[in-house]
Amino acid sequence: MPIARAAKRATARLGAVVLTGALLAACGSSASPDSSDGAGAQVTLTVDLFGSFGFKEAGLYEEYQKLHPNVTIKQSDTQDEADYWKSLQTRLAGGGGLADVQGVEVGRIASVTQQQSDKFQDLKEFGADKLKGQFAEAKWSAATTKDGKVLGLGTDVGPEAMCYRTDLFQQAGLPTDREELAKKWSTWDGYLELGKEYKKKAPAQSAWLDSIGSLYGIMIGQEKERYYDASGKLIYETNPAVKAAWDTSVKAAEAGLSAKLDQWSPQWNQAFAAGSFATIPCPAWMLGYVKGQAGDGGKGKWDVAKLPGGAGNWGGSYLSIPRAAKHKEQAYQLIEWLTAPEQQAKVFQKQGNFPSSTGAIAQIADAKDPYFSGAPIGRIFGDAAKASPVQVLGVHDQNVMQQLTNALSEVERKGVSSDTAWETAKKGVANVIG
Amino acid sequence: MFPTSTAKAGPRPAGTGSGPGSGPASGSGPGTGPDGGPAAVPRLRRAWRKASPYAYIAPFFTLFLAFGLFPLLYTAFVSLYRVELQTSGEMEWRGIGNYTALFTDEYFWISLRNTFTIGVLSTVPQLAMALGLAHLLNYKLRGRTFIRTAVLLPYATSVAAATLVFAQLFGRDFGLINYVIGLIGLDPVDWQTGTVASQIAVSTIVIWRWTGYNALIYLAGMQSIPHELYEAAGIDGASRWRQFIHVTLPGLRPTIVFTVIISTIGATQLFGEPLLFEGSISGGISHQYQTLGLYMYEQGWGFFHLGRAAAIAWVMFVLIVVLVGVNALIARRRARKEAGR
Repeated sequence: MPIARAAKRATARLGAVVLTGALLAACGSSASPDSSDGAGAQVTLTVDLFGSFGFKEAGLYEEYQKLHPNVTIKQSDTQDEADYWKSLQTRLAGGGGLADVQGVEVGRIASVTQQQSDKFQDLKEFGADKLKGQFAEAKWSAATTKDGKVLGLGTDVGPEAMCYRTDLFQQAGLPTDREELAKKWSTWDGYLELGKEYKKKAPAQSAWLDSIGSLYGIMIGQEKERYYDASGKLIYETNPAVKAAWDTSVKAAEAGLSAKLDQWSPQWNQAFAAGSFATIPCPAWMLGYVKGQAGDGGKGKWDVAKLPGGAGNWGGSYLSIPRAAKHKEQAYQLIEWLTAPEQQAKVFQKQGNFPSSTGAIAQIADAKDPYFSGAPIGRIFGDAAKASPVQVLGVHDQNVMQQLTNALSEVERKGVSSDTAWETAKKGVANVIG
Repeated sequence: MFPTSTAKAGPRPAGTGSGPGSGPASGSGPGTGPDGGPAAVPRLRRAWRKASPYAYIAPFFTLFLAFGLFPLLYTAFVSLYRVELQTSGEMEWRGIGNYTALFTDEYFWISLRNTFTIGVLSTVPQLAMALGLAHLLNYKLRGRTFIRTAVLLPYATSVAAATLVFAQLFGRDFGLINYVIGLIGLDPVDWQTGTVASQIAVSTIVIWRWTGYNALIYLAGMQSIPHELYEAAGIDGASRWRQFIHVTLPGLRPTIVFTVIISTIGATQLFGEPLLFEGSISGGISHQYQTLGLYMYEQGWGFFHLGRAAAIAWVMFVLIVVLVGVNALIARRRARKEAGR
């Protein structure tokens, strides 16, 4: 299973490389204007996504095709968002090979609204304005440009919690009740203390935490301002919030609480089932990932509790329509339907991706997940979503984060000092921004 | 019809009318004009004869111009500008700024050094092993053809598949290699994180894939060495090893030069193996196994700095030309020395 997954990942990666070349060569073959816009004509809509949006898993495409017999939906999917973004950028630059619907991660949405608003369709032309009240304010405004164009409709958001293995907790003599744990780790210090206790009596080969990269990621998600301030200035070097998340992560590494895994690596994937770690910081979309990696054997062993240190948001996505798309009108009807409250609620039930639509949040308030020991995920993530800060997004958010977590990995895996790693991170960020 | 027309064309200069298409042409010739016609046709034909070789090779050169030379020159052009993929319409003149920036770019030097060390770590053992393997394959063995074909199998595997399997083998927690190391009683090695360890791991993949390929080239070279030389050496009492040193190696020199050049080019462009080893475009968390090819990719398609990526591409190109030149120079000098002896 891990090999197959890794193979898929690598093939996608290589595919992206090959595609890059092919599409650069095919530059200029921009889409022909839509000639068959008639209502009855057969239309094939292409949807290009990354990670797992859960539309297919929740059977939404089939349902839509039944409602619209003249529409056929074809979805392509890249597992790693960074690879997906690369190939999307190449195609946008060349103007060819774009799907009718393209997914955009929230860490990239500022890049779309600030740098590429001319390459995406303004959804207001199709009447997206009337949907405004349906979405959380922050979700809507992040996809709106300064001059008022709406470039994407929100799918999910990433309210944060903590996933943990009850069986491992039991073996280490720790409480397994989610309410009790939430009290014990109400602060990050409490979380680290509990980790030290775990380490003393933990089963062999099992760490408290998967990686300090994910610890850093979830902590930075609790902050309003991170790498950029509201005026678009890069402030990560002086931002105390970044420093605090960094320091806590370093502390966790120095106490030896981490399994020293690299997020999204094949080793990380294998570790889910092997029980190499007892807790993993989990945004709502991570639930589906845990289920996929830990498999049926993990059912009932996992649980979800409130996150230490307050609510936060990590990730979430949008559906956008590129200017060069072939069937814009039909594509808009599809994404309006997919992001409607009923559909978002269905995706949450199946995959755990938390809805960004306010109507859907109300619908799923009572949801429980049997895989996670019947945890009341609707309430846990719903509370987190309500309380999480409205984040300031910047053009290079994703890349800056990548450089910081890379440097943290040096602390974790090579024992580099925190100061040295911080210098490395600064150099890395300078290299990215160029 | 044919016999008569050739008979009519008889007085024309010999040699030109030998082609299969000459019949009808020469048949109409005398009808149109007794002196002008027959003379004009051979001139045209002679011109075609001169031009046709160029027409035959034209497809290659057209393709080369379109997909070889033009991208090369365009890359040079782009490397003089600041270009970002996301806003590729706006180009900002930088002159040689992209090149001079590389001199102070720490990551560029790291990747240059890595390219060199991984190149040496993979090329030297690879060619040495290929030479030994070829020598063994050159003996009369049972199932020779099968073994010779089998040697080529690793080369036939895709980089992606090979690298994935090796990445699993070199896994820190669940890898087979660390398991074996553990049996001997040694500590597990973090093959992804350590600089030397990760470079050895990447080199292993390269060695695995290319040794058989080079062995077959060597084998072909060995078979062109006259058998009498070995017989004579055998009669003189030379051992197998001495035969290898004094007969095989000198006879193989041009082949060895060829493989060294090919491997040098390959090593300078190394890309797939380090990219897929851990799935990291930075070549690991501290760029510990990032090669020049990977750094170019990271700049171009990770960070979207197309101008800088183009500059790196050109530096790589120049580097390869220099390396190949140095190789050829050394080879020629050795050859001259041999001749002078």
